[in-house]
Amino acid sequence: MKKKLLFLLTIFSLSMFFTGCGKKDSPNTLTILNYGKYIEPEVLKLFEKETGIQIEYEEYITPENMYTKYKAGAIDYDLICTSDYMIEKLIQEDEVSELNFDSIPLTENLDQTYFEFSKSFDPENKYALPYFFGTVGILYNKDMVDESKVNSWDILWDKTYSGQIIMADSVRDSFMVAQKLLGYSLNTTDEKELREAQNLLIQQKPLVYSYLVDEAQDEMIAENAAMAVVYSGEAGYALEFNDKLAFSVPKEGSNMWIDSWFIPKRARHTENAEKFLNFLCRKDIAMMNFNYVYYATPNTEVKEALDADLQNNPTIFPPLETLENCEVFQPLNDEATMKYNLYWKEIKSAD
Amino acid sequence: MCNLKRQLLAGPYVLWMAGFILLPVIMILYYAFTTTGGDFTFLNVSSITFSVHLKALTLSFKLALICTVICLALSYPLAMILNNMKAKSQGFVVFIFILPMWMNFMLRILAWRMLLSNNGVINSLLDTLGLPGIDILNTPTAVVFCMVYDFLPFMILPIYNSMARIQADIIEAARDLGAGNLTIFFKIIVPLTMSGVISGIIMVFVPALTSFAVSDLLGGGKVLLIGNVIEQAFMQEYNWNLGSGLSFVLMIFVIASMALMNSRGEENGAGVW
Repeated sequence: MKKKLLFLLTIFSLSMFFTGCGKKDSPNTLTILNYGKYIEPEVLKLFEKETGIQIEYEEYITPENMYTKYKAGAIDYDLICTSDYMIEKLIQEDEVSELNFDSIPLTENLDQTYFEFSKSFDPENKYALPYFFGTVGILYNKDMVDESKVNSWDILWDKTYSGQIIMADSVRDSFMVAQKLLGYSLNTTDEKELREAQNLLIQQKPLVYSYLVDEAQDEMIAENAAMAVVYSGEAGYALEFNDKLAFSVPKEGSNMWIDSWFIPKRARHTENAEKFLNFLCRKDIAMMNFNYVYYATPNTEVKEALDADLQNNPTIFPPLETLENCEVFQPLNDEATMKYNLYWKEIKSAD
Repeated sequence: MCNLKRQLLAGPYVLWMAGFILLPVIMILYYAFTTTGGDFTFLNVSSITFSVHLKALTLSFKLALICTVICLALSYPLAMILNNMKAKSQGFVVFIFILPMWMNFMLRILAWRMLLSNNGVINSLLDTLGLPGIDILNTPTAVVFCMVYDFLPFMILPIYNSMARIQADIIEAARDLGAGNLTIFFKIIVPLTMSGVISGIIMVFVPALTSFAVSDLLGGGKVLLIGNVIEQAFMQEYNWNLGSGLSFVLMIFVIASMALMNSRGEENGAGVW
């Protein structure tokens, strides 16, 4: 009797877990997934006020996290913002809807140049709307580093800076540094080239203070390290807080990234998502976002309204020559992804 | 009838257990023995023999062991001192030990990060005093240090409890029979507190073995424990099968170490199950 009762209770509760979530869907909502600290919170409130559409907003840390969240399928997102190679991966998996640019007329505010750059992952510009872009480079402290040498990734292997270097805690960004230094493409899947890059990163490990992503800028502002590999936008933010910091994109080239919005196939409120995209392109809104995020915006209206100093600040708005020296990430196939991940773990566990 | 009612009282817990313990374990087992495509495989579990994974597991064991030993070495004398204090001050000292646990575990780790960083509070203080700074952040030392700090109360409390239960009569009787201090310690106090020591060891060793947050935040991404490998498999690589396979292996290690401690404890009535 006792056993039977326990058994029944177990079955009952298990079935609850499988059948639950019969949540009713309201047409007046919009579910957004975005990087952390990547939109002015006031913008969301304004949109809700102007349109009466209720926004459900969620954040993630790395594109890989986003992929995991999206694929887990617990929530049907209507609009997602992520990086170039991840969008390409999702396009390949047939997870992305085409954008209806007729309902996003304010796209005209965006500089056509960045749509051209976007073609590297969205060849016909059908799926993605550029949001912010930038490069990866070295954020350094002028008092602690010899400035004549920061124009090469080589400085990250300089023993004088042992224990003062912050590397990116992200597989592809760290590999990119070694690959560029060796003169290889950052999308290489060649076994030999990858091993070479890995060896270089293992050699570097004793010199590394820590591997960080979001906290790198805070450590640099606090002057806990001399150099950090960071995104240009983060560097621009850090420069505002500490005058001793400067940013350089090494001559060997780097990664150019474009974070864009896309509407996934599983979206249930496509119209609301398009309204929101149009809203984001509006000058005043894009300006609010720029002031909050402080990354390079493709919105020409916003850029023209800024001080000349800011417009010509190479940290925030990378010049075209720099961008042309950079490569955009492309998605790797499953086999290559496993290889990168395994090699990365070997680096992390090396002595 | 009365019996049935009593069983129903267990209902909420059974529901909880089924949903949050049983179901996840079943899912882990399912993922651990399948490929991404859903075919049966041993590869996820056997991947523990990869040198990276073995290295991470060994390091986890090593750090967990060091942490447990330090906790034990700190707690045992402390419990004895506590036990000899007046009842009123005993309560106060125990309160002080529990106090940090009122604050969130993650916040305490983050606080240590701030304290230990190059230009952090501790180093600036040492600097003004003209002393050399400490440079342990982002090393295994910092990870062990913080684990000891976090898990110490879990060792002190059970030992202190079992020590408080020893009746003064027993020790008095031993003295009457001519036992010296050392004999009393080894023949009476140690065996009678064994149950507390064993539950303390389990409560420190198991979370230390499986921890990943401490090594992530204080290891600066340079200390790769098996917990970090599993976390990375789930969060970064989208390889739930690998993550589950490694979790399954780790579960076996946890159960094995608990069983080992349990068999030692059973003689002293310290069975964990």
